[in-house]
Amino acid sequence: MKLSILNGRVIDPANGVDRVADLFVVKGRIAALGTAPDGFVADRSIDASGQLVCPGLVDLRARLREPGQENTATIASETRAAAAGGITTLVSPPDTDPVVDNPAVVDLIRHRAAQAGFARVMSLGALTQGLAGKTLAEMHALKTAGCVGVGNGQRAVSNTEVMRRAMEYAATQGLPVFLHAEDPWLAEGGCAHEGAVSVRLGLPGIPEAAETIAVARDLQLIEQTGVRAHFCGLSSVRAVQMIARARFDGLPVTADVAAHQLFLTDMDIGYFDSQCHVRPPLRSQRDRDGLRQALADGSIDAICSDHQPHDTDAKLAPFPASEPGISALETLLPLTLRLVDEGVLGLSEAIARLTSGPAQIIGRDAGLAVGEIADVCIVDPEQYHELSAATMVSHGHNSPFLGWEFKGRVTHTLLGGRETFCVDKPIQPLT
Amino acid sequence: MRRRDLQLDAQGRLRHLLTIEGLKRQQIVDILDTAESFIGVGDQPVRKIPLLRGKTVVNLFFEASTRTLTTFELAAKRLSADVLKININTSATVKGESLLDMLRNLEAMHCDMFVVRHGDSGAAHLIAQHVAPHISVVNAGDGRHAHPTQALLDMFTIRQQKGEFAPLTVAIVGDILHSRVARSQIHALTTLGVSELRVVAPKTLLPDAVQGLGVHVFHDLREGLRDADVVIMLRLQKERMQGAMLPSEHEYFQTFGLTEDSLAVARDDAIVMHPGPINRGVEISSEVADGPRSVILQQVSNGIAVRMAVMSMVLGRAPVDGEAG
Repeated sequence: MKLSILNGRVIDPANGVDRVADLFVVKGRIAALGTAPDGFVADRSIDASGQLVCPGLVDLRARLREPGQENTATIASETRAAAAGGITTLVSPPDTDPVVDNPAVVDLIRHRAAQAGFARVMSLGALTQGLAGKTLAEMHALKTAGCVGVGNGQRAVSNTEVMRRAMEYAATQGLPVFLHAEDPWLAEGGCAHEGAVSVRLGLPGIPEAAETIAVARDLQLIEQTGVRAHFCGLSSVRAVQMIARARFDGLPVTADVAAHQLFLTDMDIGYFDSQCHVRPPLRSQRDRDGLRQALADGSIDAICSDHQPHDTDAKLAPFPASEPGISALETLLPLTLRLVDEGVLGLSEAIARLTSGPAQIIGRDAGLAVGEIADVCIVDPEQYHELSAATMVSHGHNSPFLGWEFKGRVTHTLLGGRETFCVDKPIQPLT
Repeated sequence: MRRRDLQLDAQGRLRHLLTIEGLKRQQIVDILDTAESFIGVGDQPVRKIPLLRGKTVVNLFFEASTRTLTTFELAAKRLSADVLKININTSATVKGESLLDMLRNLEAMHCDMFVVRHGDSGAAHLIAQHVAPHISVVNAGDGRHAHPTQALLDMFTIRQQKGEFAPLTVAIVGDILHSRVARSQIHALTTLGVSELRVVAPKTLLPDAVQGLGVHVFHDLREGLRDADVVIMLRLQKERMQGAMLPSEHEYFQTFGLTEDSLAVARDDAIVMHPGPINRGVEISSEVADGPRSVILQQVSNGIAVRMAVMSMVLGRAPVDGEAG
């Protein structure tokens, strides 16, 4: 199969490319940029005039609900939604049921993803067995099975000694540790940022210190153990500043932010809008602005979806009793492009935060250099569309962005040169 | 996207009562005036008026309550409504789930009003969002969020005792952090425009951000009570001693308990209020609770008239002049 993508604006941050050019794909790999290879005759060509041609997006955190909650969503249903969002690689956290603490679960996830064929799914392994925070998981086995890192999901390792040993052991295995910085005691029972809004609504608060204290502890341990660490889904500007400072001092740490944290604040909870119930909680406007700033100056490497699909009932409960999380695969790119429109990031930087930035964290490439696997996302930057439950591909329709109008829409997604999404074709049925 | 205020209809009239926040001063005054017109009903030989005849009120209580439930029931009966009482023990069912399941069942019946108490903040809003358009919801307490009828009966009692709100200094003392009563009182008192509104508690029970609600914060009882016209004591839950909120009831009483001694710094004609039930010797001494400045029992009896007013108003059946008396 030979494919040409003609006249698009090719944005490949990993290789410093941003120009209008033709892209040629042969046997699932990038064959040439600019001039067609000798004797190239396209079996198919896509006219990308006026469109952006980027590497397929890499999402560092998406819960697919399989194994464990297939009644809510499956690897097939959610990777199909990922494809519709321009995502070709996503990282599944270890807090599935069963937990990813043995190679069998890693194999299962990879197998199901391959069967569905919509996206590459990388697993994070468990840091501790059963995520219980007590004994170390078999990280060597998890690495051998293909885990790109280890973490404890959103379950804090409250025992600092266990955390230290887990980091040391992960460092021994050469695995990066993915950290959700949240002090379990300060966060216990909370459901909203501790501040003016939580006080007004009488919602149990999660103070900013729940994040900063956990970051402070973990930074000390990272320094001591020398492990490579990645902070997931930061919510407070103070925590981001602490990490930026540690990086300046030479610590091997990276960080991501969930796209919704760049747009929403605790004010958006309004009168108990459970779609705005997320964890870590939406914080103040100062935090949101600080996260945007950190994204622009490179202190935050990646934007992720933090996709958490739910069935309808999960959000139909009083705010504190509703499940936290947003179905977010399909808003990752539109929200990021909105940051460009709002002047937070340049276009190429924005694409970098969705491709080369996150790819580097999991030790992969995401570029359009000759020879690379042809994971490609083509976007019409001028097309407007409104997010609606009726057209969402994910089985979770829980989003605070329903009804938002976005500019910029994925038109094609290619996975290894094969089309996994085309805006003009009906969504592929699940087999 | 800011939605229209859920508790008002298109004409700006009260359709549900979920919170005091967002009500205009005149709306609160109207409720108090309407309650005033109901105050004699309990003394009549036939303690009933037919305003809500043929209407069905469902008391949906997911949390234990004695006074609130009883006064709502009495209020509905005095308005000639049919009353259905449903107690749901939250410990027996999964939180949240039971709420919606119950709601779907009740929607199928022909009810006109839900009076809801629930342990989670926002429960009344959730129900109001999902009920059929002809059903009104009255919040009888949701988590730490709001208890609007309690605040209204407190305002009624203050007006009864003091006349005007403008010159008053009011001190609310106790567990502000966990108190839905305090939140509703704060909104009511700031809307009615008291001269000074103070909250008094140790830092563990008083979040810093509460200042954003327009109150002055005090961490010393005597400073907070100085020259106060109205002293509102809050109930202290025993659970606060298990968490790291307070060391002991004894120490709380020593530092924040209302006694004749600590009350001496307030104005001579200060009144003492409490939403009940009282923990004698914890937040208030018996001497004060039963003393001449206490209006705690008036609060309870005013509760019926205020709840009659709220119920008739949300169903669009407020009495015209003379009808109630």
